[in-house]
Amino acid sequence: MAEKEKVFEIRDMDLYYGSFQALKKVNIDIYRHDVTALIGPSGCGKSTFLRSLNRMNDLVEGCRIEGKLLFDGEDFYGKDYDTIALRTKVGMVFQKPNPFPKSIYENLAYGPRLHGVKDRKKLDEIAERTLSQVGLWDEIKDRLGKSALGLSGGQAQRLCIARCLSVEPEVILMDEPTSALDPIATSKIEALIQELSKQYTIIIVTHNMQQAGRISDRTAFFFSGEILEAGDTRRLFTNPENPKTEEYITGRFG
Amino acid sequence: MRKRKGNKIIKSAVFFGSVRLAAAVTLGILALLLLFILVKGVPHLSLKFLAESPENMGKEGGIFPVLIGTVYVTLTSVLIAMPLGVAAAVYFSEYAGKGRLVHIIRFFTEVLAGIPSIIFGLFGFAFFVVFLGMGWSVIAGGITLSMMILPTLIRSTEEALKTVPGAYREGSLSLGATKWQTVVKVILPCCRSGILTGLILGIGRAIGETAAVMLTVGGSLKLPVSIFDSTRTMSLHLYMLASEGLSQEKTYATAALLILIVLGINWLAGFIGRRLTKE
Amino acid sequence: MRGKSLKVKETIIEKALFLCAAGSVTAVALITLFIFSSGYSVLRSYGPLNFIFGMDWSPVNGEYGILPLIAGTLEVTAGALILGVPAGIGCAVFLAEMAKERWAKLLKSAIELLAGIPSVVYGFFGLAIIVPAIRDWLLPAVQKIDPDVPASGFSVLAGAFVLGIMILPTIVSMSENAIRAVPLEFREASLALGADRRETITKVLVPAAKSGIFSSVILAMGRAVGETMAVLLITGNVPKVPTGPLDPAATLTGTIAMEMSYAGPEHQSALFAIGIVLFILIVILNSIALAVMKRFGGAV
Repeated sequence: MAEKEKVFEIRDMDLYYGSFQALKKVNIDIYRHDVTALIGPSGCGKSTFLRSLNRMNDLVEGCRIEGKLLFDGEDFYGKDYDTIALRTKVGMVFQKPNPFPKSIYENLAYGPRLHGVKDRKKLDEIAERTLSQVGLWDEIKDRLGKSALGLSGGQAQRLCIARCLSVEPEVILMDEPTSALDPIATSKIEALIQELSKQYTIIIVTHNMQQAGRISDRTAFFFSGEILEAGDTRRLFTNPENPKTEEYITGRFG
Repeated sequence: MRKRKGNKIIKSAVFFGSVRLAAAVTLGILALLLLFILVKGVPHLSLKFLAESPENMGKEGGIFPVLIGTVYVTLTSVLIAMPLGVAAAVYFSEYAGKGRLVHIIRFFTEVLAGIPSIIFGLFGFAFFVVFLGMGWSVIAGGITLSMMILPTLIRSTEEALKTVPGAYREGSLSLGATKWQTVVKVILPCCRSGILTGLILGIGRAIGETAAVMLTVGGSLKLPVSIFDSTRTMSLHLYMLASEGLSQEKTYATAALLILIVLGINWLAGFIGRRLTKE
Repeated sequence: MRGKSLKVKETIIEKALFLCAAGSVTAVALITLFIFSSGYSVLRSYGPLNFIFGMDWSPVNGEYGILPLIAGTLEVTAGALILGVPAGIGCAVFLAEMAKERWAKLLKSAIELLAGIPSVVYGFFGLAIIVPAIRDWLLPAVQKIDPDVPASGFSVLAGAFVLGIMILPTIVSMSENAIRAVPLEFREASLALGADRRETITKVLVPAAKSGIFSSVILAMGRAVGETMAVLLITGNVPKVPTGPLDPAATLTGTIAMEMSYAGPEHQSALFAIGIVLFILIVILNSIALAVMKRFGGAV
């Protein structure tokens, strides 16, 4: 099998919040069309790491990052790198569904409009395409003009995924996307993630070991700011190299 | 043991009695003030009073030019202060970090909020009326008032901005929006009613202000046409009537009208504020 | 390319917003500059010490001693605090601890509404009720003991009364917030130790809320010192050091407002110099309030 294409290449990444070091010498490659799961106990730095991949940590005051971080071969923390373009290519879905307090349609048109799509027909197409992709079209096509705040948790999260797809990203970052949802909504989202992985590269932070096992191709285990182990998911779950990994995935701590 | 207990009971009774008394006096006096002026003033309010021009320095006739003057001065102040206040609040809440400079600016905003109105009046007189040669005018009074209500507007807008969940900002930024796009298209629309509430309170403050207006708008009873005309606001008119003892009737009527307007404005602000929490 | 122009636009917007935010700095700077430069000439020619400690304010004769005005302001303010603070704090305790929730909310919003009533209305209220009340009820009784007492009713007492009413909303509202901000655990801990409600309020809640209450008093004091229209109508505006609560008084603010309209150049400059004194006084008071709030973690 040919070597897969690397989307992200992270080498010796350190991240500090003020004087606190949240990530230490992180090394990882993310491959195209893989689902990569980031697991580890609370506060281990996995969410921090995820949020630095589309530079959302820029919003946090006193956050400093060192190391070599490449996206599609380019240093995306470089001086002249266009953050806006990065965030367009690297979309994000958050822990709690966060649709804007606008109509469903406006939620989906928001992103494309930012990037210059003004044609109503084109926007309609985008809305239908993305809603179909997340399996919501049939459910809500009659209420596109209604407020997105009226959707159920699972629907809202799928809308957020659709919103993320509306700007045609290459990568989707997901920060515990199902932790606020019930089991049925969760299984729908999981199926959706597997479907989406055919077209997109997905990186997902999860607390749920079974979820990581079910949906991911590769897994990285974070522990107090370091990646202790990373590799093929099935291998990591059946035959972990690091004793800490084994303790964690068998549920002895965390 | 028992004696001590009895002592305690007496102490409690005295304490709660005096607290109740304090509350009753406070609320009673404030109620008395409102009722007294409204009861004595409202019967003299009429459409004629609102629509006619004053005669004999306000001894007879109505207050039409004064109403127009009030609207003029208030509108001027709000039109200037509003954009500045919202922009400043957006800067503080969305852009500013915790740097020293921001700290200093915030401190100055607090200072501005605490400056007594007569000082604003002195300044308005020295700077706008004399130094910039605007003369006693709507514009001089309006700008002076805009400086006075600026801190109120900044504060209320900032409070409104604070209620917008961070998740909306993240959601917008993660779609590749710039900060400014996020502010204009997501954040500000979320706090429309909060900003409106602040605006209305600012209007209330501008209408009620007297000392600053007294030294900057002149006090003419003529109907102002241009913003460079001298005029008189309702609160200034009330002061003139009261201090010169021209007509009890007109004084009470003006005071009552002023109270009604201010109460109406506050009610409106509260109403919009409640709608905000519902949203 | 697009990224770059967007970046430039964002930077420009940020700078523009910064300028708006810095507007208050400009405003304060301009105010300071103009008040100080306009008041400077009299301060220099008359001498700052003579100005502040001079006993004689008679602009017609070129005398600009403002001690009587300072005394007037301080006495009226002190009187307002003596009358307003206990009533206000009592009312705050009542609203926070004793009144039913629904009533407390209603009454509090009513009191906050009163903060919005224009000061000239309070002044008019004082003129129409409090001054006559003092003249017609209090003075006849006092005159039996001291026949020389001024008989007009325009007095420190009347000013203190009206200002005392005016500062109530500030004190009640802020103190109530401060008392409510005391964590429930404190209450429970005190009650669990066998303290009764009075002891819990006076020994636990009020002390825990003292920074908020103190700040409210300082801010109220600032409001009283800076208030113009109310006192202008009711203190009588006689620039002599008042020796008793029934003496008339002139205040710093009232004198500026009254005399500005007819003052000649030197007199005007002297009024600006009063503005300087007032300005400094207020900034000091407000800084104290801010510092106290910050120091104690500010239950505002």
